Amino acid sequence: MQTATTLKEYKSEVDKALNNKFQRKALDNFARAYPVARANAFAGMEIDQLIQKVADIKGQALSRLDELYAQFKANAEQKGIHVHLAADADEANRIIAAIAKNGQAKKVVKSKSMTAEETLLNHHLEAQGLEVTETDLGEWIIQLRHEGPTHMVMPAIHLSRYQVADLFSDVTGSKQETEIERLVKVARRELRQKFVEADMGVSGANFALADTATIGLTTNEGNARLVTTLPRIHVALVGLDKLLPTLADALHVNRVLPRNATGQAITSYVTWITGPNPCASGETGKKEMHIVFLDNGRRALAKDPVFSQVLRCVRCGACANVCPVYRMVGGHQLGHIYIGAIGLIATYFFHGRDKAKNLVQNCINCGACKAVCAAGIDLPGLIKEIHARIQDETDHPLSSVLLGKLLGNRSLFHTLLRTAQKAQAPVAKKNGFMRHLPLIFSKAHNFRALPAIAKFPFRDRWPVIKKTKKTARATGPRVALFAGCVQDFVYPEQLEAGVALMQHHGAALSFPMDQSCCGLPAMMMGEKSAAREVARRNILAMHGEKTDHIVTLCASCASHLKHNYPKLFADDPAMLNTVQRFADKVIAFSTFMNDVIKIPETTSASAGTKTTYHAPCHLCRGMGEKKAPGELIRKAGLDFVPAKEEETCCGFGGSFSGKFPQISSQILATKLADIKATGAELLVTECPGCVMQLRGGIEKSGMNIDVKHIAEAMVKRL
Amino acid sequence: MTPDHALIETFTEKAEAVSARIIRVASPMEAFTHAAGVCDTKQACQRLVSGCEASLSEKADALCETKQDKVMAAPNLSDTAFSDLEKICREKSIRLIKDNLHSHLAGIDIGFTWADWAIAETGTLVINSTSEDLRLSTMVSEIHMALLPVSRIKASALDLTEQLGAWMSAPADYTAFITGASRTADIERVLALGVHGPLELHILLLEDN
Repeated sequence: MQTATTLKEYKSEVDKALNNKFQRKALDNFARAYPVARANAFAGMEIDQLIQKVADIKGQALSRLDELYAQFKANAEQKGIHVHLAADADEANRIIAAIAKNGQAKKVVKSKSMTAEETLLNHHLEAQGLEVTETDLGEWIIQLRHEGPTHMVMPAIHLSRYQVADLFSDVTGSKQETEIERLVKVARRELRQKFVEADMGVSGANFALADTATIGLTTNEGNARLVTTLPRIHVALVGLDKLLPTLADALHVNRVLPRNATGQAITSYVTWITGPNPCASGETGKKEMHIVFLDNGRRALAKDPVFSQVLRCVRCGACANVCPVYRMVGGHQLGHIYIGAIGLIATYFFHGRDKAKNLVQNCINCGACKAVCAAGIDLPGLIKEIHARIQDETDHPLSSVLLGKLLGNRSLFHTLLRTAQKAQAPVAKKNGFMRHLPLIFSKAHNFRALPAIAKFPFRDRWPVIKKTKKTARATGPRVALFAGCVQDFVYPEQLEAGVALMQHHGAALSFPMDQSCCGLPAMMMGEKSAAREVARRNILAMHGEKTDHIVTLCASCASHLKHNYPKLFADDPAMLNTVQRFADKVIAFSTFMNDVIKIPETTSASAGTKTTYHAPCHLCRGMGEKKAPGELIRKAGLDFVPAKEEETCCGFGGSFSGKFPQISSQILATKLADIKATGAELLVTECPGCVMQLRGGIEKSGMNIDVKHIAEAMVKRL
Repeated sequence: MTPDHALIETFTEKAEAVSARIIRVASPMEAFTHAAGVCDTKQACQRLVSGCEASLSEKADALCETKQDKVMAAPNLSDTAFSDLEKICREKSIRLIKDNLHSHLAGIDIGFTWADWAIAETGTLVINSTSEDLRLSTMVSEIHMALLPVSRIKASALDLTEQLGAWMSAPADYTAFITGASRTADIERVLALGVHGPLELHILLLEDN
């Protein structure tokens, strides 16, 4: 739960979480195990097609939400189900409390429901004097601890067996062993009598089928079956987004949900309940059945052209499973009630701006969540949209306004970089790092050495390159080079290496001088209008060039230019064609070398250095390029030893590492351990940001590994 | 119709992957004998293995005390089948019940049921559980045994939409997909079976073709 009011308070809670050793270990183990389990569960299936099917089914259902609700209600009432529609959380809680009162219920058993967490139902019912018992093991544990879940599927993943044993000792009044199997049986026996005594059962639902008024529940423990069977009253609290037209739709979604959530082909139980079933403890021998549908902003959200996809979420929790930030800080810091990437977004819509304003800044934009989402939701994109929206609704922090203004003015920005280059002279070391950090940085930033700004940026070197014969006489594919500010001003040698390689293979290069920063930093800071302005300038800068490809050696620039530029101008018909033509030409360096130039294998006989590779997030996911760098490394005759978790973020995230240095440094430490384990002497990657992070971290930790942009590594093997 | 061996094999493999035990039987009688045999040799209260000696709160202990005999429930057998099974049970001093499961909530040893359908892709049993006694037999038993004619195995759940749609059109319906035993990984992600439901699932595959 978010209680922090300021970013500073939030950061201090994040720091506390980073020091929670048990949680760190548990989440790290899980982060390593999950991708394997998921891949096994989907083995032999077309994942992308299955996910697209879920997106289509949910999308279509959302477009006719009101109609599906009306159909469900009519069918349900005909079968004797009481159907309620709650406008918001309070109303849902009041309705459920009233059902209990009218039914003279005193004791309530609950099965897991994120929707009930959303409305804080337990608190409300307890305040009315009802005894409420969560019966899902994880939920019961956190209920006893008076805290919220830290994962949507595994709510108590942050707790150890020792903590659970202590808790159960308190509950039973006798000392309990710490063996997990025993603890599970203690819960089984303690909770069984709660089921027996309860007169009302509250469940959620994963599906609500309009054509038969059926609800579907997916569970593993079997507690939901008892909750919906034993007590004489059953209340299901269901978000309107759970409505689907038919059983077949739900069965399609359920092929993806459990596989994506826990790597199971299906959960132990999938329960389909239609109408008031026989119930011996019911007055009429039948169950009293209520379904409370919750709106809480969903009907409006379903109509939003950008954000309606939020409601496609099937609550599998996968976006947390793969999030490098979640892995470090856990669910109490990466969510309010809903957790993970979807949690950052859902918090804004269901719990308001105040709860969301700090959270949405804690996204490193690695895109791992988007790549794994069961419903194909553009999670990082929406997080950035909300960040920008919150700043528009409130105030833009001065730092972010200044950054936006600065990036929007190329000559001012570049002059500032040149001035900074001169000013850094006293602290710049010969090896290219700063001796110590400039004073504007706090100690927390000291986990990596930062590079000095280059004396001559690439743009000053270009006029010389331009005049060479190689440039003038080239007849190969026409390439406009997009530099990006880090390579232009900090690592011009990476661009020179790339230029040398492309020219060696005959590419005809140009470098339009009016280009500037790609604008991604402005997006990351929630400065959407500045990002648009920079984008417009870059598009115009390239517009006059007769070029086949726009090649960039920075993966973050590449994916921003290719995928975010068209989105930035989605509502500008005048720009749309131009921007799409621009975006279509954008290609990552390794893709260009491997797939367009199709460079041959090296003829060099000299043995290659033992080399490993870090896949930049914006290359492997942003650009979808997973193969070319590995092939290029092999073609260059280097001895390639892939690292574990090659595609996991290095912790840079641009301005993220400036805002959350502690998280960034911990993600980096995990990455460096995997790199070290390969025994490689050379680490290559394809993004200057990753180079900055990895090289800086390796320098600080005293490891003896050379970090190079892939172009630098290849040019040496020419 | 000859049995679809590939389908049976997939079903078996997927069900066993989630801890279900598959036992091939040639007749319902063989299934009854198997069930009674397992019930006879199993511990009186399987929860003993993992916790009965641990003391609980008074109420939970009191509920546990209510279960003393070996009890098997078979709510959806035909009358003749029920009396066949009852005969075998009686020889082994097992009490066989058909209804009133509400007074056995502390648990029974075995819930013996027919399965209506099965899904090969996931190793899943599909059981129409609208009868409360049937439902409870599959929930409060320590071992759930399901008799499944091989002809009822379908490739995927989507092959059953028509049949299930018909059930769900009724005024009341409770359809259960059951795959393996009740499980949790809520403490330290360590898999534990039998948290609220059966500790074991036995599927008795009946050659009916």
